[in-house]
This record gives sequence, C-alpha cells and structure tokens, in this order.
Amino acid sequence: MSDIRISGLTKRYARGAAPAVKDVSVTVEDGEFFVLLGPSGCGKTTLLRAIAGLETPDTGTVHLGDRDVTALPPRRRDLAMVFQGYAVFPHLTVAENIGFGLRMRKEPRADVDAAVRYAAGLVQLGDYLDRYPSALSGGQRQRVAVARAVAVRPSVLLMDEPLSNLDALLRLSFRSELKALAKELHTTIVYVTHDQVEALSLGDRVAVMRAGEIVQCGTPMEVYDRPVDRFVGGFLGTPPMNMLPGEVFGGRGVAGIRAENIEASTTERAGALAGRVRLVEPLGSQLLVTVAAGEQDVKILTPTDFPAGDGADVWLSVAPERIRWFDADTERALAG
Amino acid sequence: MSVSSPRPSAALPYLLLLPSVAYLVIFFASPMVQAFGLAFTSTTGEWGLTSLSAMVSDDRFWPAVWTTLILLVVLLPIQLALALAMSMIITGRLRGRGFWLYVFLLPLGVSELGAGILWYSIFVEQGWLNTVLQGVGLIDRPVIWLDYREPWRVIGTIVVAEAWRSTSLLVIILVGGLRQIPKDYLEAADVFHAGPWQRMRHVVLPLLRPTIRTAMIVRVVLAFEVFATVIALGGTATDTLATQANRAYTEFQDAHLASAYGLVILVVSLVAVGLVLAALPARRERGE
Amino acid sequence: MRRVLGYGGAALLAGWILVPIWFVVVGAFSTADSVYTYPLAPWPDWSLESMRFFVTSAGVPQALLSSVVVALITGVLTLLLAAPAGYALARFVFPGASAYRLTVLATRAFPVVVLSIPLAVFFLQWGIYDSVWGVAFMHTALALPFVVLMVAGVFAGVPVDIEEAAQIFGCSRFGAFRRAVVPNAAPGLAAAGTFAVLLSYNEVFAASILTLQEPTLPVFVLTGLTQAPLPFRYAGALFLLAPAFLFILLIRRRLVGVGGPTLR
Repeated sequence: MSDIRISGLTKRYARGAAPAVKDVSVTVEDGEFFVLLGPSGCGKTTLLRAIAGLETPDTGTVHLGDRDVTALPPRRRDLAMVFQGYAVFPHLTVAENIGFGLRMRKEPRADVDAAVRYAAGLVQLGDYLDRYPSALSGGQRQRVAVARAVAVRPSVLLMDEPLSNLDALLRLSFRSELKALAKELHTTIVYVTHDQVEALSLGDRVAVMRAGEIVQCGTPMEVYDRPVDRFVGGFLGTPPMNMLPGEVFGGRGVAGIRAENIEASTTERAGALAGRVRLVEPLGSQLLVTVAAGEQDVKILTPTDFPAGDGADVWLSVAPERIRWFDADTERALAG
Repeated sequence: MSVSSPRPSAALPYLLLLPSVAYLVIFFASPMVQAFGLAFTSTTGEWGLTSLSAMVSDDRFWPAVWTTLILLVVLLPIQLALALAMSMIITGRLRGRGFWLYVFLLPLGVSELGAGILWYSIFVEQGWLNTVLQGVGLIDRPVIWLDYREPWRVIGTIVVAEAWRSTSLLVIILVGGLRQIPKDYLEAADVFHAGPWQRMRHVVLPLLRPTIRTAMIVRVVLAFEVFATVIALGGTATDTLATQANRAYTEFQDAHLASAYGLVILVVSLVAVGLVLAALPARRERGE
Repeated sequence: MRRVLGYGGAALLAGWILVPIWFVVVGAFSTADSVYTYPLAPWPDWSLESMRFFVTSAGVPQALLSSVVVALITGVLTLLLAAPAGYALARFVFPGASAYRLTVLATRAFPVVVLSIPLAVFFLQWGIYDSVWGVAFMHTALALPFVVLMVAGVFAGVPVDIEEAAQIFGCSRFGAFRRAVVPNAAPGLAAAGTFAVLLSYNEVFAASILTLQEPTLPVFVLTGLTQAPLPFRYAGALFLLAPAFLFILLIRRRLVGVGGPTLR
C-alpha cells in the first residue's frame, strides 16, 4: 500500500497540440478510493495511464510511496490495472489469467494457486477457473479482469472505466460489489469514469477534470454541494444545477441551485419566484418539472403527488443557504 | 459486414460469385482432374502406373525429393524467425515504419528468377561474396561456392536465396496477425509484470498462433514450387521436384511424366500441410 | 539502450535485403570488363553498355512486350472476376460465404506445377498454346484467390452507409455501386490489380510450360541462362527486379493483412 504523489505532470500527444494533461499536481492518500471524473477528452484516462507507466509524461513526476516511478516501466511499479475493454487474455483460462501477474514475477506455484483461489473467490469466479474467456459472459470477463488485478496484491490498483461496457443492471450491482471489495482490500485505488453517479457513490474523494486540469478535488458531498465553478455544478447531478440570474434572489452574479433544493407551491407565497409549468417528466420516484420563470427555465424535483400539471402557475422558493453563488464573468464560486 | 437492404433477390451474392467460380472450375478444377488422368496414363494412352514408375526409377528422382524436403526443413525455422523479427520492427515503436515496411516487402515483388540471378552474382566464383571475404582477409583466394561436386554447398546457397526472396510473404501474414492483437493485451502484460521476453512468450506468440500456422502452411506449399532459384544457382546439377517436372515437360516433352511429378508434389505438400496442422492444432477457444 | 538495439537490428535486416539489390545495380550498370574483373568494385561505372546489350539482344524486346501484355491482361481480367466476388463477400451474409473463402484459398495449396501441365494440353487443343492469352489465363487463375480476398477487404472498408445513402437519393443498386462505392474503393482496387500484374510479370514456371516461340521475359532469360554471359544475366536481373521497386512502394500498405484474418 502506498500513496500516489503526482506533481506538475504534463502530457502532450502531438507537438503543438493542446496538452491532454496540463500541469496536474495531486496526492492520492494511502488506502483511498480516488475517482477521476470528467467528460470524454478531459485527460482523466491519460492521467491514469501516466500513473500506470503506459504513457511517459513530458514533464512532472509520479511517486508511489517513497519511490519515484516516473521513469520505470509499468511492470516495475508494483501496481495493477483493470482495463476498460478488460484485456482478458483469450488464450489463457480464467485461472491462468488471474495468476498471470504472479507467474510473470516467478512466484512459487503454491502461492500463485492460493492467490488465484483467493481472488477468484472475492469475485465469485471459483467455479469457472478452468474455463476460457470465450465461454464467459461480459460480466464474468469483467470479474476476471478485477480478480487478475487483485491477485497481485498491488500497492496501487488502477481502474479505467471498468463498468462502462456492462449493461445498466449489471453496472448497478457491480458498482456495489466494487465498493465492498475496495473496503476489504484497503488498497489505494484510482478509478476513472465519466459517470458522475459512479463517481459520487464509489469515491472517498472525487477529482473533477476538464481540459487536462483538475478543476475541483474533494469528497463527493463537497463536490456536489459546493462546486467551485459553473462547470462542476453543471457536470454533477441529474438534472444539472440550475443557473439563474442572481437579481431574482436578491444578489449579484449567478445563483446555482440544485433541483431538489427548490420548493414548489401551487399557492402564491411572499418572496417566491412565480412561474408556469412547462413540462412534467415522471422519473418513477419523483417528478422532474420544468418551470418557465420569466426568461428562465428552472428544473425542479417534486414528489410524485405534486398537484400542478402543464400550464399551471407555481411559486418557487429556496432556502438562501442552499444557493451557490458564482461570479457572472469568471464563473468561479463566490466566497461562502 | 452487414446485410444491406432492400435486397432484390437472395440470389444476387451467388450471381456475383459465379464468374470467379466458373473461372476457377475451368482453369483450376478441370486441370487438376486432368493431371490425375495424365499421371496415370502412359505416353501411348494406356491406363496404368507406367509414368509413375518411370519417374521413380529415374536416377534423379530421389535426390530431387530429398533436396526439396531438406530445403523445406531448413528454410522453415529460418524464415519464421526472420519474418517474426521483421514484423516486430514494422509493428513496433521505431520511427520510419513506412520505410521498414517497404524494404522488408521489396523481395515480394522480385521474381524467383531475378532473385536467383541476384544471388548467383554473389556466390559466383568471381562474385561479391568472395570479393568481400577476401577484402576483409577471411580467405586467400576465391572459394567455389557453386561447386557442383559439393551439393551441400549449392543447397546452402539456395537456402540463402530463398530466405532472402520469400520471407516477405510471411512478413505480410505475420504483420496482419500482429496488428490484430489488441493493444490492451500488450499493455495488460506490461502492467502485470511481464518483461519484453515474457510478453513475447506468454502473450504475443500464443495470440499469434493461428497466424503463425497460416504462415507455415503458405511457406510449406511454396517450398515445393522452388524452381527458378534452383536453376539459376544450381544450373542443371541440382534438382528439386519442380525442376524435374519442368524438365520432363520442356526437355522430354512428356506431359505424363511431368504430371506424375506434379502429383507427387501435391501429395507431399498436402502431407506436409497436414503435419503443420497436427503440430499446431487450432485451439477450441477463440478470442472475444 | 533497447532503442539502439531496435534500430541496429532493423538496419541489419534492411541491409540483408538492400545490399544484394545494390550488387545487381552495380552489375547491370558496369561495363563487361568490370563485371569480369576480380575482385569486384563496389561502385558501378554507370555505363549503359550491359543494359544496351541486353535490350538489343535478339528476342528480348519481343519477350519484354509479351511480359507486359500478359501482365496487363492478367491485371484487368483478375479485377473483373474478383470485384463482384469480393463485393459479395464484403456486403452479404449468405450461406456458403465462408465455404467459398476457404475453397478459394485452398486452391493456392495446389502447386502451379500440377496445373500448368494439363493446361498446356488444353491450350494446345484450344489453339491458345504459346500465346499471351494462354499465359494470362493461367496467371489470372493464380492471382485470383489472393485478389478476391484483397478486394473483399477493400469493399468491406467502404461504409455501407454511403452506398445506402446513394440509393435513398435516387441511384439504382448498380448506380450506387458505381457512383458511391467504386470512387472510394478505387485506390484499393488499383492496388489489388497491381498485385496481379506483379505476380504475372514475375511468374516463370507456368509461363515456361505454356510458351515455346513466344516466351515472356523471365522465361526468355531462364532459357538462355546457362549460356548467357554475365552482363546479359545482370542486366536481365535488373529488368526483372525493377517493377518491384515502384509497385511495392505503391501497394505496400494494402498488402499487409491479406493473409491475416482471411487465411485462417
């Protein structure tokens, strides 16, 4: 186990092109589940691959624990990785795949077998050890990829969008399993995803990236409740944070308000913002209601028994402490 | 691939295949059948083993068989190793891949005869090899490499010439196979502690296995067609099955005898292909 | 360090291919005197004596012409036969497609030697023995299997979408093929045709069986080989090698992978 210290890391794929990762410095604590979150092309995968040693940074260093591994090839870094497409070797059985890393390190046979059984047990693959990947489902291959990574008892475990190739249902159940697994392993984990729900549910800390830079890094609730700028507020949450002109709420700049923090009423209230229901989208457990308030559309979440239908007049109110204020020009969050 | 719609009729693909099938029936299947007929008849047209026994009793038959087989056995590992090295360079991380690809594929466009003469100019007594060897002081006077009383030496020169000429074909096949190996597998090997050699042995070669098998089959089949290189280097003193077949037709004007040789080549090459398949069986399991 | 090793190895292998070719160039562009002088000089005299001698030798111009004509007929005929088949393989899923692929490839497992002799007998009966047509027909049969698979790959690389779009916007099925597919497939088709041309220009066994008075260039050189003087041989070799330099340059990227997945 070890922490990961990245300092001043920059990576450009082509000379003159915009850097995929721009001067990133970040420390991942020992034993932490750390999520890199961002839209595609934001540099999160490049950063992960630089930690793995699959990319050589142009500048900057990567430390794992006390070791400077910047110049080391992946195999000397004592880490493991779960690939997006799994990369489970088709010519090896499940057991051979799981034991691959240990065999490459020439560990004694008995140790390899024990580690394979342990890792396979963790992901419920014990009954499939002699099968070839072609006889497995996508979800099972995914488990092989995880078990192969766990088996080498890495000090750092890297995961590159490991759930993105699974269907929605499997993804949900596997997400819970991964979280349980991470608790059991106490390994430092860096997890790349573009799915904010995954990021919030799995991470001890989440780093939101954009255009090669880490925009904000914090616990899931910090990042969700106190986004540092409009981008983060808009990227996290379904629906994204409402961005309303500040004058409406008696302030300056832009008021960022989460849909679930807006209270709607069908009767007029003092100080509430008047609007008219434009669209009602039932989400099952809640209704997503779009309200036209002046020039603005406001998205709100209401209980399913919310009485107003299309065209109804509603009044919206927000507790002032639930408003996140952003500067209109810089888009950065204002103090508070 | 996808089925495009609307389809005028299900017969369309078959209609499209028809010309090539018809062509191959006329120019391939029918001569194949005819070859059997010719081999099993005598020059006077009687059915029997006359032509075959005439072939076997020829003094030059068994030497030709052995030379052909020796060429195959010696060339196969040499060419596989060379082709693998070239393919790794072409698909690897070096700069100038287009250049390496061009150079390594050049011999593919060179005819057997061109290559034969080229190597003749090197191995001939007053040729390049002796010039170079004497230049660096390894020999005092020219060595006669193409000495017809020393069949091994001549066979050695043919091996070199063939290794030079026909390795390109294997390179094409192997590069195709290497490019199909997803990069993920190589990276996974890197991450999971495999060094360059381990990666080659435990990941690349096993994944490349079907391709290597194809390459070996192609090499085996071509080995039995070695012809002009042999004539260019060995003159009339060294025989292979193909040169014998050619001689039977062009010198003796005996289509029956020539077909008998053709038949032997066919049988031996099918057996050799069978051996390759047995030595490298296809795994039941396939990739994702 | 590994990098240096890599470049070193690559350069060594490239030398193994290129140095012998240089020797032929030197031989072909030297005077007869230099060719017979031992030890040989590593640079040519840049004399055209040998080349002129070769080109003006009796029989050479006709043989060269035959070779070119045979190669061109082979290229065109092979493409005409292979294009529909390759298109069918690339665009349709139908029973028998893989059987066809396999059969086509299996034909190459049968040595040329076996085929050319009965064909010589046929061609005598059909009256095309010892003609450019006979040799071209044979060469087409030899090139066809590879070219079909190359062409299938080329067509598979042209998105179905653009063909369907052409049909939506008023083209017939064939019109869509001609207007949308062919322009996009043209470079690949040209490469496949070039492959057939090169194969034909280089082929010597079948051509030597199927001709007598009208040999192709390799056959002509082969027949006179044992009596030919060295300058004649070297100039001849350069003529045989020359097309490779250009054609392989043009089609090298298309050649790769012809055998990979398809030959399985």
